[in-house]
Amino acid sequence: MAQSLQFEHKWDYAPAPEKIPVQIDDRYGLFINGRFIEPASDKWADSINPATEQSLFKFAVADQSDVETAVAAARKALPGWSGLPAQERAKYLFRIARRIQERSRELAILESMDGGKPIKESRDIDLPEAAKHFFYHAGWADKLDYAFPGRKAGPVGVCGQIIPWNFPLLMAAWKIAPALACGNTVVLKPAETTSLTALRLAEIFQEVELPPGVVNIVTGAGQTGSALATADINKLAFTGSTQVGKLLARQLAGTGKRLTLELGGKSPHIIFDDASIDQAVEGIISGIYFNQGHVCCAGSRLFVQESIMSEVLAKLDIRLASLRVGDPLDKNTDLGAINSRQQLDKINEYRKIGVEEGASLHQPSTSELPDKGYWSQPCYFADVQPAHRLARDEIFGPVLAVMSFRTPEEALSRANNTPFGLAAGIWTDKGSKIFDIAAKLKAGVVWCNTYNQFDASSPFGGFRESGFGREGGRQGLRAYLELS
Amino acid sequence: MAGRLRVLKTYKLYINGDFPRSESGRTSKVLGSDGKLLAHVCKASRKDLRDAVSAAHSGLSGWAARTAYNRGQVLYRMAEMLEGKSAEFSDILSTTISGGRRRAEREVGRAIERLVCFAGWSDKYSQVLGCNNPVAGPFYNFTVPEPTGVIGIVAPDEQPLLGLVSLIAPVLCAGNSVVAIGSDQHPLATAVMGEVCATSDVPAGVINLLTGDRQELAGILADHREVQGIHAAGVDTDTRIALEAGAGENMKRVTVRNITGKGWYDDRDCHSPYWIEPFIEYKTIWHPSAC
Repeated sequence: MAQSLQFEHKWDYAPAPEKIPVQIDDRYGLFINGRFIEPASDKWADSINPATEQSLFKFAVADQSDVETAVAAARKALPGWSGLPAQERAKYLFRIARRIQERSRELAILESMDGGKPIKESRDIDLPEAAKHFFYHAGWADKLDYAFPGRKAGPVGVCGQIIPWNFPLLMAAWKIAPALACGNTVVLKPAETTSLTALRLAEIFQEVELPPGVVNIVTGAGQTGSALATADINKLAFTGSTQVGKLLARQLAGTGKRLTLELGGKSPHIIFDDASIDQAVEGIISGIYFNQGHVCCAGSRLFVQESIMSEVLAKLDIRLASLRVGDPLDKNTDLGAINSRQQLDKINEYRKIGVEEGASLHQPSTSELPDKGYWSQPCYFADVQPAHRLARDEIFGPVLAVMSFRTPEEALSRANNTPFGLAAGIWTDKGSKIFDIAAKLKAGVVWCNTYNQFDASSPFGGFRESGFGREGGRQGLRAYLELS
Repeated sequence: MAGRLRVLKTYKLYINGDFPRSESGRTSKVLGSDGKLLAHVCKASRKDLRDAVSAAHSGLSGWAARTAYNRGQVLYRMAEMLEGKSAEFSDILSTTISGGRRRAEREVGRAIERLVCFAGWSDKYSQVLGCNNPVAGPFYNFTVPEPTGVIGIVAPDEQPLLGLVSLIAPVLCAGNSVVAIGSDQHPLATAVMGEVCATSDVPAGVINLLTGDRQELAGILADHREVQGIHAAGVDTDTRIALEAGAGENMKRVTVRNITGKGWYDDRDCHSPYWIEPFIEYKTIWHPSAC
């Protein structure tokens, strides 16, 4: 049976806050045609630090005319940008990548302040990966004719891009880097709760003298996004909920605009009895509690083979008890703040539904939560039934649904019993079982004996209602190219 | 034999390897360009289409699980059977479409070439479209194409045989199963194509062919939640919008081609693996490479 050393509170961690001062303006306008401008709407809104509930800065709320101005700027910049010698385009992307690396400490802190994620994640994952996306795609700019054999590759045109709040800067990089490498121009709309790092990325575009209009950033909420989807763009890329993705698909039908969608998930994570259990438990932890569970590919449905269920749960209890929830800027924090009040309400609602539906809540974490801010203790529910909403709905929080299975066939059929198909995880030491199960899982990304790994060269995206199109890798370029 | 009364055939639907009549009992007349009655064809209903989708689902997993080499053999067998029936197809096409026998023979010939081409692609496209990925970490990482699922085909009125075959072949070669709605102006090519499928080792349910009101059936296909993709050509604007809006139902992958006339004879376009690409899903698999 799993055992743990009991230190009571003798080995508590001392606070280790990130102390480098960062500067944040009182308010940020729209980034259009290479300059920050006041919005024609004259509307502003507060961006809240979810760890303190204090306003960090004000951002402009772009209306339709602002969006049209941005799209016009991107349209005007298109011939110049797509007509640049490809290696010149590449060098702008390399410059951007370098400046992201050089300013990564500052950007990581800003990311954690604006979005609530722990500094160790923004520092070690979001920032290095964002820089890597620009480096990786920079190199593609002058090699596109080799990417799709037999075809000449050209840009699609003006790309509207709408990104979510869970990885604000990283998602901006995922969207902007391939678009620019392929010779397109961009109008990006960050999420309304997390626009800060995209606006600071705009500063980097100024620093590296990216030609005006090549990237434009319009801030605002759903209405701004809707204005962008219906504006004079050639392509829309959206990352967010399946519900909004379906609306956009209907809205764009017959318009000739190209569409890629990176939507929700309810990814299965399967632990077989021949797995290395300690490693699998680490995989489970990073699978669901990484970034407070605000991850579209989170391993939120855990399937454990019946014979090892009690051992896995005992080890999960020990591991959960050691997770530290609190100040996102503390370097020892494992789970930071929930991104917004709205999201916290949703998570709490699902925790309530889980109990009401008869699943049993386990919450071994002992962290004391701060008085102010939005917080959620990491938890799991045992005794979840396949029909429970916990097993069907995307929660987007640190809530894990645990279920058991007896045979590989049962694991597979239950894992695939969802309209989603973004990611999946498998833990077993048997090679043939890995390939057999990986081939039969309906998911765009399958992590075997690991989970939540990402790389700019590795295509990411879903099957079924998790959307279409890939981001990253050679396949990710396809969405931003016309082949002739 | 002058004056002998010809047997007037009623062509049936092709669903799950069988040739049922429409459950609705509806049929329509097919007239030659001279206005004379040639045959009757069944007019598929909503229920027929739904039966065809169920059949396509039951055929899917077995077809996807076949080796790529075997799928290629089956496609090549289709080419052989179509070659054997080329005179019949040329008759049908030349009596219903202006342009004469030479045009018809050309269409049939190219349809055969297309099957031969995709028979060859079946065990090659994954090498062209897939890859392994040099991730910055101790992982082995590779991307492979997998079939999308049940694909609805809406074939054009123009080039009714070549259009139908061109839309089906790339979808089939990637391991998808098919529910195809043929031309309603020239339904005989679709109807006889069922006979080709039935005699060329295509497993039951993998190809299902319907004749009927194309626009009506296309709308039902678009809304069907068990259809994972659409491959269409030669549709009007309203049908195009209906098909593309189908993505909002269950995220179907919809490709509507703007291809007409000589476009169907452009092998550089129609024989490329980029016709397969919309009907595959990229799966990326990670495994640690250090222990």
